Amino acid sequence: MSNLAWIFVSTLLVNNFTLVMFLGLCSFFGVTAKIETAWRLGLANTFVLLLTAVGAWTLNTYVLQRTPFLRTIAFIVVVASGVQIVEMAVKKHFPVLFRQLGIYLPLITTNCAILGLALFQTARHYTLVESLVFAIGAGLGLTLALSLMASIRERIEVADVPVVARRMGLVLVVASCLSMAFMGFAGMGSAP
Amino acid sequence: MTAVVSDQSAGQPAFVPGAPPPASLGADIWRGISRENPVLVQFLGMCPTMAVTNTLANGIAMGVATMFVLVGSGLLVSLFAKYIAHEVRITSYILIIATFVTLADLILAATFPDISKALGPFMPLIVANCLLLGRAEAFAAKVGPARAVADGVGMGLGFTLSLSLLSAIRELLGRGSLLGHDLLGPRFEPWVFMVMPPGGFLTLGIALLGLAGIIELRRRRAEGAS
Repeated sequence: MSNLAWIFVSTLLVNNFTLVMFLGLCSFFGVTAKIETAWRLGLANTFVLLLTAVGAWTLNTYVLQRTPFLRTIAFIVVVASGVQIVEMAVKKHFPVLFRQLGIYLPLITTNCAILGLALFQTARHYTLVESLVFAIGAGLGLTLALSLMASIRERIEVADVPVVARRMGLVLVVASCLSMAFMGFAGMGSAP
Repeated sequence: MTAVVSDQSAGQPAFVPGAPPPASLGADIWRGISRENPVLVQFLGMCPTMAVTNTLANGIAMGVATMFVLVGSGLLVSLFAKYIAHEVRITSYILIIATFVTLADLILAATFPDISKALGPFMPLIVANCLLLGRAEAFAAKVGPARAVADGVGMGLGFTLSLSLLSAIRELLGRGSLLGHDLLGPRFEPWVFMVMPPGGFLTLGIALLGLAGIIELRRRRAEGAS
């Protein structure tokens, strides 16, 4: 139990997927202009992460043991089909959200966080339950990072910043500060 | 009946909608290095850019591996684009990309095991680099094989150069060395911050601020001249 709690806290804060492990940076910079969209995309990501964790664990345990070189290809197919399922579900049940997310919903496929989760849980030999906790921690960590970044960027929008800093430069420096804040959790140790 | 037949022949038009304007192969290569630089201008492939640029060797290895995948997948995508149904094109492109990534991963593990270990899961993660799918969808699928390869080389070079620049800055300041050779001497206290995650964001951020500053200066000078 304490192991599970540790995996959760570790992926949520200490090794935050976006700010410390650098996974999922495309959506981190692409979708964080408005806070509403940001946390919703985070939750959609969490759902795909859960699907991927189960799919990748099953594949890896029962199918890929003898053909480890097929892992990358097999995992990306799992991710792509998971995203497809989520896209159809969101389109049917939440049409408004579907329009808001637009192109960023199918783009979850190329979100490194999803494939990264599958690869990391394999490299660390997690069990099914551990993988699920890992996925929830990673998803909530993503949502947290996206929401934090979006709230800061909404403030930057109305602030008077120098001309050279109006584009990505300032956003990256802000991301650096956020990342530095998360480094503060590093004293809590490293992943098991 | 005739309508169906003409529909099928219309599936392979001579002119592809949204095709990039014609250009020489040299221009295709130069574009990736300069005006459409994947890292410094388009912000594509951010994850590997940040994650592996803590030492110059890692940065170069990631850049070259990405270039290999870009060229290979660009060639295959441009050759097969007209045979792939529109609905499954993204999945097909991803599979082509994943094949080349697996190749690159195995080649790197066989030739440079140390670097391969240092990059870890970030090597297979090249699949999820938006740059690759972006180029396949926006460029390679719409042009001939020669231009697709030229674009792959250009984008790959632009990516490698940006990664080398960032990782050289980070390794020099963070460890006082380049490619493992001690340069700044024993009296230099390494800025450990630079090789840690925040240092990655900060280095690219400052590089972008500097770039924006240069562009702004040029604009002002042009305005002053006219």
